[in-house]
Amino acid sequence: MKMTKVTGLLVGGLLAGSGAAWADAHGCDLGSGNVRILGNDFGAINSVVDRAMECTTSGEMTSNLTTEHKDIQVAALTADPAEYTVAIVANGSLVPLLNEGLVRPLNDLVEQYGQDLSPTQLIRVGDDIVAVAFMANAQHLFYRQDLLEEAGVEPPRTIEDVIAAGQAIREAGIMEHPFVMNSATGWNLGQEFNNMYLGYGGQFFEPGTAQVSINNEVGMQTLETLKALADLSNPDFLTFDSNATSAIWEAGDAALGLLWGSRGTNILDDEGSTEQVTTNTVLAGAPTVGGGDTPATTLWWDGFTIAANASDEDAAASFQAMVHGIDPAILETASEQAVWLVEGYEPTPVAQGVAESAAGGATPYPMLPYMGLLHTALGNELADFMQGKESAEQALADVEAAYTTAATEQGFLR
Amino acid sequence: MSATVSSQRKSTALVVVSTTFVVLWVLIAAFPFFWTLWGSFKVESDFFSRNDWTNALTGIRTQIETGGAFTGQAYEGAWIREEFWRAALNTTIVVFSTVVISLTLGTLGGYALARSGYRYAFWLLMLALIFRAMPHITLVSGYLLPFFEWNVWGHLPTAIIVLVAINQPFTLWMLHSFFLQIPKDLDESAMVDGCSRFEAFWRVIVPVMWPGVITTGLFSFLLAYNDFQVTALVLSQENQTMVPKIASFLGSTFEAGNVMFAVAAVVSATAPLFVLVLFFQRQIVSGLTAGAVKG
Amino acid sequence: MPHRTFFWFIFPSLLAMLLFIALPIGSVIVQSVHQQHEQVLRTVENQGPFGTTTSTVVDQEATRALREAEPLGRFVGLDVYFDRAHLAVEEVGQAWAATDSIGAFVDRLMNLPFYRALIFTLTYVIVVTPLTILLGLAVALGVNGLPRMFKGPTIFVSLLPMMVTPLVGALVLYWMLEQNGILGSALQSLTGDPTLSLRASTPLTWITLFAYGVWSSAPFAFIVYYAGLQTVPQDPLEAAMVDGASRWQRIRYVVIPHLAPLTVFIALIQLMDNFRVLEPVISFNAGANAPSLAYSIYSDLRGEIALFNSAAATSMLTIIGVSILLTPVLIRTWRDFNAKRGH
Repeated sequence: MKMTKVTGLLVGGLLAGSGAAWADAHGCDLGSGNVRILGNDFGAINSVVDRAMECTTSGEMTSNLTTEHKDIQVAALTADPAEYTVAIVANGSLVPLLNEGLVRPLNDLVEQYGQDLSPTQLIRVGDDIVAVAFMANAQHLFYRQDLLEEAGVEPPRTIEDVIAAGQAIREAGIMEHPFVMNSATGWNLGQEFNNMYLGYGGQFFEPGTAQVSINNEVGMQTLETLKALADLSNPDFLTFDSNATSAIWEAGDAALGLLWGSRGTNILDDEGSTEQVTTNTVLAGAPTVGGGDTPATTLWWDGFTIAANASDEDAAASFQAMVHGIDPAILETASEQAVWLVEGYEPTPVAQGVAESAAGGATPYPMLPYMGLLHTALGNELADFMQGKESAEQALADVEAAYTTAATEQGFLR
Repeated sequence: MSATVSSQRKSTALVVVSTTFVVLWVLIAAFPFFWTLWGSFKVESDFFSRNDWTNALTGIRTQIETGGAFTGQAYEGAWIREEFWRAALNTTIVVFSTVVISLTLGTLGGYALARSGYRYAFWLLMLALIFRAMPHITLVSGYLLPFFEWNVWGHLPTAIIVLVAINQPFTLWMLHSFFLQIPKDLDESAMVDGCSRFEAFWRVIVPVMWPGVITTGLFSFLLAYNDFQVTALVLSQENQTMVPKIASFLGSTFEAGNVMFAVAAVVSATAPLFVLVLFFQRQIVSGLTAGAVKG
Repeated sequence: MPHRTFFWFIFPSLLAMLLFIALPIGSVIVQSVHQQHEQVLRTVENQGPFGTTTSTVVDQEATRALREAEPLGRFVGLDVYFDRAHLAVEEVGQAWAATDSIGAFVDRLMNLPFYRALIFTLTYVIVVTPLTILLGLAVALGVNGLPRMFKGPTIFVSLLPMMVTPLVGALVLYWMLEQNGILGSALQSLTGDPTLSLRASTPLTWITLFAYGVWSSAPFAFIVYYAGLQTVPQDPLEAAMVDGASRWQRIRYVVIPHLAPLTVFIALIQLMDNFRVLEPVISFNAGANAPSLAYSIYSDLRGEIALFNSAAATSMLTIIGVSILLTPVLIRTWRDFNAKRGH
């Protein structure tokens, strides 16, 4: 057992993580601290939590993994003592906890128990370590080699290439709607705007304030580009969430797509799709746009954070359990489940797109206290423009007005 | 007797029209369900095919992926791998308790409202209506913080009490209307004979109230059974009921779900209802007709 | 009934409603006239797996003092009700001043989230409620005329649309209506338009939602009417038959008047439920074309950052809207109630 573990690490090409096998050999005894974990319900998080639960304690050891975790986390951690000692969050969902001051600074715990964590895993806000990241995700390019060849175009490297390739495929009569992206009204559409806007090098807010600054030339360009992409999509595009876009891809109904990297495993497996689709699908880094050199995407991480309203003993036990959970040994069993941010991880073909986007210098999703408000405003107000019912100027003015209303209500603006 | 008379008088044309209409309605009402039942034995790429809906009939992908035209994979996955039976058990507890408690509180309250005659009874009914107008999602998000602070969040009794309370306005209204139809003389003559109000209620009203109670119970049942907004936010994972469990099969933005598990789970959750409705429809019909003779 | 007896009979029910509905409504009213504190911001350097960025955070220490001084937030009166996300008084005024035709004014109005949601919600209520009642009545009459042995299964099948969890019921229908789905393709060949898509255009999305609404709530009207039909008094029916009344005349003059109180009840419940329509909008991903009031509450509460004050104000406006809609029904109930006190 221990032998395979060590060989696994060797094959992985990394020797530095000898601490991994070592920690495992020591087991994981937490004394009498309580560990209560709240998180989302999917494969990779299940694996992490299963490992964390291997630890032994004379206290409580429970977990609640649910798709509704975002809606209960603030209330659950506000209670004193907190209902959960650990919350598994992403860069978006950490912000509401930070805004309310519900996150415990982890500096002391990292010093004491986190020697094996790589410095890149530590999420710092100012001087405080607020979370430990263990996996990454991003939207990036998916393309169909066979169809691009048939239309005689090269694999695209910029969004402009994507649009040109899409038009070539349409003109060649191969497909009427060759492009697909997550453009459902709401969160998804807002996210597409964010990706593109950052690709153009835009600034969401006036530096240091909550004053929104998207109603400008960059905002207009972003909208025009999104419209050009939507014109290559199926007319139902405003209902396309991640489930719909995966299904479209698996059915072979699209040649180019901007999809979530985490969906790659499912798209490339032998279920739900023909061999022609799976063998010809290539995952590549997110394209750049408008002559810029930043990929037009945002990087996301998933990580864990410890509740401020938990006793020191519980916090220490919880931290140790979670560090055990994301120990590099997890790669032996769950390497395929995610793009891991733990030492020794070698990107699999499925992780290629996320890895390339990160290497290309993509921007992380901004952890600003009021970013969520702008995201919601974008998602709700851009639909009319995307359907051609209103001008780009009007759409941006609407977003600005909707955001300002919400931010005033939340006390970020006067 | 009247049934035979009216059927004799019915013109053939009317019978044809009305039967055609019912058949048409049955098709519209049942088709999506039977389509789902059929599809639950296929793989996702057939039932939710984007290429051609006839794939769901022929099962091309099911053949390729499983080697047969039908597969029980979805059921196996939902019930065995995902332990759907736990959710089914929780739902049984929640639904049974909610219905029993709702009806007990509702019959007492509804009876009082129907017999009071004071103006405040009317205003109470109005108040109940306004209570019912409140969107559930607003109510539930208001519960979260106090529930966490009192340490009652996540337990089945909490969900049951909330469902009972949310359901009270409807139950009161419906039972109040049913009690209005039961003649006043019935319980009043019992009270003249020396019964207290409660004794009169218990001995005279309770035996004849079942049709109304069962119809109301059916709606309480469906509310608790289909509820998503309350149970999803108020129950912890080990106490999860069926509908939130089904929702978790559907996947999220980052992660693919397993939609076929959800489909299989829905089909198997509907099966026991069939028995229940068949059983109770007799009660409703026979009970109400018996009560109506007096009316 | 004496007050005392009445009180004890209704007490348990009233207690449950007070605790779990009246109290939350009270807190919603309070929230709707407050806004969050001013949040003190601080600029910091963020570090993570993808490098360092400059960002801002809420300064917890500075904000804590404000929070403790006023735990409910800043009192702002009706400001939230009048802001752009709700009644948008200022924007409506501007639109009125800037436009010279009613059409242009309505266009401007449709650009404001609250009015867009209100217009869809009202249309939904006005279309779906009567159709549900009519369909339910027709089905109840039809089923009532069936031979006894067919009644049971027919009742079960008629209840199916209401019994299948809306979450999945709507999802399956959504896929059936998809361009390549069984109903979507059927519609395409019926209309002879191979590019017809029910999801892309606003009117078609509305019609789809209306159809789903009628389909899923007709069983409710059906079962209530069906139960009512079992209590139709036989004497007037037989008298009518002796007088040679046709079947239609019997329905018109005996059955329908008998069912009138039930119709009031169904209308009451349906108006209210339709005004709060939410699940189909979510399941059909129809937020762009057909947002409802409940959907805007949902998106306020489930957004990345929950907007409790805004959701509270929309909830109160929903309650007020429901009360206005129900007024005619309530006046009728009031008359009935007083008539009943008469005897």
